[in-house]
Amino acid sequence: MKGKHIGWIVLIAVGLSAPFLVYPVLVMKILCFALFACAFNLLLGYTGLLSFGHAAFLGWAGYVCGYGVKELGFSPELGILAGTATGAALGFVFGSLAIRRAGIYFAMVTLALAQLVYFLALQFPFTGGEDGLQGVPRGHLFGFIDLSDTMNMYFFVLAVFLVGFWIIDRAIHSPFGQVLTAIRENEPRAISLGYDVDKYKLLAFVLSAGLSGLAGATKTLVFQLASLTDVHWHMSGEIVLMTLLGGMGTVFGPIVGATVVVGLQNYGAELGQWVTVLTGVIFVLCVLAFRRGIVGELALLIKRSGIRM
Amino acid sequence: MKRKILGSAIATAILSMQPMLAQAATTVSDGVVKLGVLTDMSGTYSDLAGPGAVEATKMAIDDFIAKEKPDFKIEMVSADHQNKADISANKAREWIDTAKVDAIVDLVTTSTALAVMKVANEKNRISLISGAASTPITNEQCNDTTVHWTYDTYSLPVGTAKAVVKQGGKSWYFLTADYAFGHSLEKNTADVVTKSGGKVVGSVRHPFPGSDFSSFLLSAQASGAQVIGLANAGNDTINSIKQAKEFGITPKQSLAGLLMFISDVHSLGLDATAGMYLTTGFYWDYNDETRAWSKRFFGTMKRMPTMVQAGDYSAVYHYLKAIKSAGTDEAKAVMAKMRETPVNDFFAKNGKVRIDGRMVHDMYLAQVKKPSESKYPWDYYHIRAVIPGDEAYISLADSKCPLVKK
Amino acid sequence: MDIFGIPIQALMGQLLIGLINGSFYAILSLGLAIIFGLLNIINFAHGALYMMGAFAAWIALTWLGINYWVALVVVPLVVGGFGMLIERTMLKHLYRLDHLYGLLLTFGLALIIEGLFRYRFGISGESYPVPELLSGGFNLGFMFLPKYRAWVIAVSLVVCFGSWYIIERTKLGSYLRAGTENPQLLQAFGINVPLMITLTYGFGVALAAFAGVLAAPVFQVNPVMGSNLIIVVFAVVVIGGMGSIMGSIITGLGLGLIEGLTRVFYPEASAVVIFVIMGIVLLLRPAGLFGRER
Repeated sequence: MKGKHIGWIVLIAVGLSAPFLVYPVLVMKILCFALFACAFNLLLGYTGLLSFGHAAFLGWAGYVCGYGVKELGFSPELGILAGTATGAALGFVFGSLAIRRAGIYFAMVTLALAQLVYFLALQFPFTGGEDGLQGVPRGHLFGFIDLSDTMNMYFFVLAVFLVGFWIIDRAIHSPFGQVLTAIRENEPRAISLGYDVDKYKLLAFVLSAGLSGLAGATKTLVFQLASLTDVHWHMSGEIVLMTLLGGMGTVFGPIVGATVVVGLQNYGAELGQWVTVLTGVIFVLCVLAFRRGIVGELALLIKRSGIRM
Repeated sequence: MKRKILGSAIATAILSMQPMLAQAATTVSDGVVKLGVLTDMSGTYSDLAGPGAVEATKMAIDDFIAKEKPDFKIEMVSADHQNKADISANKAREWIDTAKVDAIVDLVTTSTALAVMKVANEKNRISLISGAASTPITNEQCNDTTVHWTYDTYSLPVGTAKAVVKQGGKSWYFLTADYAFGHSLEKNTADVVTKSGGKVVGSVRHPFPGSDFSSFLLSAQASGAQVIGLANAGNDTINSIKQAKEFGITPKQSLAGLLMFISDVHSLGLDATAGMYLTTGFYWDYNDETRAWSKRFFGTMKRMPTMVQAGDYSAVYHYLKAIKSAGTDEAKAVMAKMRETPVNDFFAKNGKVRIDGRMVHDMYLAQVKKPSESKYPWDYYHIRAVIPGDEAYISLADSKCPLVKK
Repeated sequence: MDIFGIPIQALMGQLLIGLINGSFYAILSLGLAIIFGLLNIINFAHGALYMMGAFAAWIALTWLGINYWVALVVVPLVVGGFGMLIERTMLKHLYRLDHLYGLLLTFGLALIIEGLFRYRFGISGESYPVPELLSGGFNLGFMFLPKYRAWVIAVSLVVCFGSWYIIERTKLGSYLRAGTENPQLLQAFGINVPLMITLTYGFGVALAAFAGVLAAPVFQVNPVMGSNLIIVVFAVVVIGGMGSIMGSIITGLGLGLIEGLTRVFYPEASAVVIFVIMGIVLLLRPAGLFGRER
């Protein structure tokens, strides 16, 4: 337990100092994606369910939050709540359908459902279609903290991330999380022990979708826009990549994965067309050689070298 | 044990931050004008903007330095926005905040253009938009540091529609991509068709992106309309044209491409496109001046320039000239100079930058040549008419831009 | 005569077109089903390999002067060979692991292939001419049917039902089915199962490439043609249930028809109709129309 506390302290320390070392908007983006990846990891890493449609929750939460804040005069906190609720509600619908099938089918069903809501996002007038929902004001948090100031916004995003991450961490280490891991390891056994497996899976799915929605809504406030990019299936693939690269089933892995991938996209913007190829290569390498991901492999390396802590 | 893991994780994190630190530290002095080309280097629009836009900007800077001998340094950076609005907005912010970029160039796709022009305006920097098409850029969403240079979703379809109706294409049927862009393209065109004495007999909306258009084309065929207006873009337009030929719809009914570029014609070939009408803001083979510039462009890119790429050159050159005569690179002063000075180069004659940010210049109505008429590579268009700028663009009286005082 | 306000001739035309698209769905979902049956992976690279088939045909014609008919035979062999190479060097190492890794690996491969073609050919792609022998069309009275489209339907039906025959009715097919049920036992009988797996993957990929060559004259050959299609084909596969070869063929053709009808009656929904059907099927028959629970 001690190691984890240190982990938290380091996380908070890095979180507090990062905006002074690196471009703050970039760090906010990383935080949003780190939260998204952690939420996704709850499903993939701890429940063993590969969803290929998580972009739907991120993107739709962004649209609802953006529309609420821009057109309906929501305060930022209300917008974020509305986005989170949207993610959870969509997650309930997707989850109810998808958990009827397991394994690869589960992945394909979520992908297809996400594609369905992608088309809806494209056609509904309020999303702005291809143009996106632009010019979302950041507003004043709780009525008095001006979020248009970059640093205020940054610490707000950091707080959102830490709360989200704390929820995930709690979920993983609670009896609920133990049941999820049991399902991942041996589903028939979990059933024979009397657990209503489907209910647990659905709950995990809704939780994951809701937190993805939290990430999406926050992202909309950061960039002041919501666009089709976040609903597209490429985004669903990217989040799998972040989780896989960082280390699925590790608490801190997705954060590392998100940092690397977002950093690559940002600093690789000059690479132009090679980003897609590079992403593909990382995928292939991860699957073939580094299935534990960065954090998982590091852990193994340390274990093997026999250093004790 | 866990402590060790975290230790190394942080070590790697810090290591990976170092290049970022170095980058943030190299700030440029105010003696440098820095242009950032933000475009689609690999996606859907990379052929019509992309690497060619970067090259055109480079040419403009080199030519400006050679001809005008400015007393300030000019630099350029470029990045791939991957057609994503959030990446564009982030890159633009970062460029302005840390790399001291003064103007952002190209911005193909409307979502990225709208996102960036807002960021740039907030930070008092200029956006020189050539690639994006939608009219809101100079209407509902306009601002005072944006110039929309080359074309828009009004000037292209409207030019084509007027001309086609005049040639006798009175009844129209629309094949429309089912999203905001397609709808507005259809509406703009339909209005002009009706106003010019034509008639719209129907329309069908197809999913975007689509690949098989044959069922929609059959509906268009069944309508008996003389002209099928393609209110879509990119690969959707390309596939519609290809399949219209396959189903024997053309040449019995004729097609009007409402948003087409020379790169589309190039990839489809003249067999499939011969006889089509389209409007363009630039054609490389129009006169000696355009030919001379385009051949230089061809020398490095091995493709003839699209209007977007030629527009990038023209916009950047005009911008640099404005800085020179204004004696400052402060955005408002430069904008004022850009509005004051007419645009006269190979791209535009007596072009003017209006208060809403619209650069008004003449457009050309082109008809695609038959394969037998094409004498050399890229010999694709007959220019049938010149559409005066004032007719081609939404007039200031009809503009929805709040900057226009009425 | 009208049906719901649509002249019956127009309806016939639309159904025929639906059948053409259905043929592509059928060939692609058949390939996915065959691969899934033996390897237990879902081949995310299927769309990219389909695109590769189309580009290979274009390259063969433009650079090497190889005509359509030769390409129709040679391209699936070459791309199928490429598939076997992938299986030997990469997929082979994943069989002991969770099947999801196969999906992730092929997803990565799809990105690489698509990215490389994008780099080389740009996004707007290339145009492949309809072969001389099949240009022009038949006037059916109710519609003008391009000869090439008729050819697509005919040849897809032959290929689909031929594959079905081989798998369900021949000795070779019986090995394949046995391998799906119990590979260890089959190995014990002296069959070289790893080789069979390689060949099966190669065959599935060859089918995708074949569909690519067929599609080249109809659609613009561009690097994203596969990724746009593959998600729809996934939905087709979920609806049909991957257990059955015949099931995937019939579902493919049937959904093509339904999509065609949607385009007449409510074109706005034609992009989503297959996904909606998928949702309904999942609610009523989670295993898919022709699938078995396992």
